[in-house]
Amino acid sequence: MDIPYTTTLRPDTGLYNAKVGMWLFLASEVMLFGGLFSAYILLRVGAPAGTWPHGWLDVPLGTINTILLALSAITTLLAWAALKMKQFPRYKIYHALTIFLALVFLGIKSYEYRDKFHHYEVQLTDGRIADGHMIENKPGEDYVVIEGAYVGSHADLMEPRKGKEAEHSEIRIERSQIKKMQNYGPWHNNFLAIYFVLTGLHALHILGGIVVIAWLWGPGSRMWFTDPVRFTNRVEVAGLFWHFVDLVWIFLFPVLYLT
Amino acid sequence: MSEEHPELYKNYTRRCLYVFLAVACGTLLMVTASFLPLGNRHFNIALVLAAACVNAILVASFLMHLISERKLIYTVLIFTAIFFVGLMGLTVYAHGDIPHITGH
Repeated sequence: MDIPYTTTLRPDTGLYNAKVGMWLFLASEVMLFGGLFSAYILLRVGAPAGTWPHGWLDVPLGTINTILLALSAITTLLAWAALKMKQFPRYKIYHALTIFLALVFLGIKSYEYRDKFHHYEVQLTDGRIADGHMIENKPGEDYVVIEGAYVGSHADLMEPRKGKEAEHSEIRIERSQIKKMQNYGPWHNNFLAIYFVLTGLHALHILGGIVVIAWLWGPGSRMWFTDPVRFTNRVEVAGLFWHFVDLVWIFLFPVLYLT
Repeated sequence: MSEEHPELYKNYTRRCLYVFLAVACGTLLMVTASFLPLGNRHFNIALVLAAACVNAILVASFLMHLISERKLIYTVLIFTAIFFVGLMGLTVYAHGDIPHITGH
């Protein structure tokens, strides 16, 4: 049985079915991310003064990622336009570029995650707090070494942009002096929890988009030789999803990195 | 876009490039706005979010072709917008209901 309206337009909607399906899916995605954004708003406005972190994320890396994703949105659009012009080799180049840019985006995101998981806040029994990246933390040893600095209070950690960066050095801390030691994972505080949830879900969408685009670039592209219009439509709806992912990042970047 | 007109393709490519440049500039503007010493952080946030909205409109209008879409798509999006606004409205309402703010 043939699926109806994969290439021809439905007379009542003026659209082929896959496009309607994709827009309905994107509408549900708006509500998914909308729910998480509303959770972010509630957590942020409900946080007591001075407890919501600012400037914890790497703005240059976030900026590069924003531009990379915008560029990949252009290349995926140009891939579709190339098919419209019956230029299959050009389509291959543009979609390969899209996949490459998306992989670089994920690489940078992974680097940012890794940085957070290596970053520790160490509360000492004498009340001091050491903050920095873990260098040495062997289970058998009775000390840990971090590259960082002592801070006066927990509140000083919240706004690193405001205060002058303390000079970092290697700090050796005896385990017997440690009251609490925790890395900057999602369990650290509400900001990091919502940061990991929002960007993690977004990264999963990127990953899903890469899988679809890679399939359309590789084995799926055989359809071009048997049913070019249908293949072009598939590329178009995949592109719509990709633009949505870009759109979500356009809001994630300022909300998490800049405000 | 018609496959019979290579000139259209050229124009389309050029338009894509302009949209990318506009989004890139918007992003840099966002970053700059977040660091400006405006005295009150709320002004920075308003500027940053305004720039983000402009970028989002550019992507939705030109890259997702919402500037010239069918009525059905607009209808779907209008309903989505209504539910989204409702969701955000509930969020604001819930914030107003926090005991320490309402004084209960």
